[in-house]
Amino acid sequence: MNLNATLFLQLVVFLVLGGFTMKFVWPPIVKALDERAKKITEGLAAADKAKADLALADKRAVEALRTAREKAGEIRGNAERQAGEKVEEARTEATRIVAQAREAAQAEAGLAAQQARDALRDQVALLAVAGAEKILRREINPQVHADLLANLKQELQ
Amino acid sequence: MATEHAAAAPTAGDYIAHHLTHFNSLGEKQSSIIDWSVVNYDTLFYSVGLGLLTVFVLWLAARKATSDVPGRFQSGVEMLIEMVADQAKGIIHSAESRRFVAPLALTVFVWIFFMNAMDLLPVDLLPRLWQAATHNPHATLRVVPTADLSATLGMSTGVLLLCLYYNIKIKGAAGWVHELFTAPFGSHPVLWPVNFLMQVIEFLAKTVSHGMRLFGNMYAGELVFMLIALMGGAWAVSTTGILLAIGHVLAGTAWAIFHILIILLQAFIFMMLTLVYIGQAHEGH
Repeated sequence: MNLNATLFLQLVVFLVLGGFTMKFVWPPIVKALDERAKKITEGLAAADKAKADLALADKRAVEALRTAREKAGEIRGNAERQAGEKVEEARTEATRIVAQAREAAQAEAGLAAQQARDALRDQVALLAVAGAEKILRREINPQVHADLLANLKQELQ
Repeated sequence: MATEHAAAAPTAGDYIAHHLTHFNSLGEKQSSIIDWSVVNYDTLFYSVGLGLLTVFVLWLAARKATSDVPGRFQSGVEMLIEMVADQAKGIIHSAESRRFVAPLALTVFVWIFFMNAMDLLPVDLLPRLWQAATHNPHATLRVVPTADLSATLGMSTGVLLLCLYYNIKIKGAAGWVHELFTAPFGSHPVLWPVNFLMQVIEFLAKTVSHGMRLFGNMYAGELVFMLIALMGGAWAVSTTGILLAIGHVLAGTAWAIFHILIILLQAFIFMMLTLVYIGQAHEGH
């Protein structure tokens, strides 16, 4: 163990190496480390935000689904109600038409009966006139007695 | 590994001494304890080479550093940097100072680890290659720069200089001189010399122990490897030689595994003390 001038040279080498590291090694690596730390922090924050967003979107989707279901139920209810109304309307209409038809038929039948009765009455009047002609055999002028006959016919009605 | 030496039949003392002699500007073993005219070429070569390797490896990671997903290599360097940055943040509270001190601590950690790791190479490998390359069987080479006291004290002196620099920078020249004479015992004029003496001793003790600790551990580790190599080298000249060879393998393996811990630990301790001492320069007594 001896001391010699190696000491001073070693001292200089020591400081030079330290200086080199300070200038060319330390700053870029520390910078990269800091940048990476920042990146990771940002990444974690972004992940948290994405998670929150996802939860919110889920909630929204559930909400939308519920609204849609409610709306669909409402629409179905409306449709059923409307269909019921339509059926009811149709039924009323049909009833009305049937009643009308029946009325018409009855009216027609009444008319036919009237006509038949009228025809019958005419014929009865003729028969009566013919009978009266036969009975009276005296000149009875149909023109003169038309009023009388018309009255008779009226009575038969 | 040391069998070649056994064949050349140097004594065990010669073997050790040879391995503990630097390849220096004298061309022979430095005789005086301190001789500022001598330079250890081997220490400089390996410490500068490993220093360049250190900054190259770190630079490789820094060059492609991105904030995207890092590869394994980048992750490794980043973990290292995070570790050093955390330690620095806990010890030195001035962000301004950390801009230099934290990278310095990182460099010191990796660099000293590499230098210590030279201990794990077979003790004779590089010296033998060196002897072959120079065609000089007596050429000496020490490959563990941190087992050279000049190197470790050079680094701890660097830390001392930084401590003085930051003392003046943070407290101001006047403030620091004031602290030198009034801390730790008090501001009474009678205490001034005592305080100053204590401060000087403190700085000296820190610096010397900082360098000596690393040197001592590495020097001792190197020596143990040499002794293990000697034990293995003696197998051919002894009747119980085969046991020595087995002992070499067992002891070498055990010590190398244990040494992995030591080299890492010593590098870490040196880095931490660098941070602590410079951190102390930022705090008033």
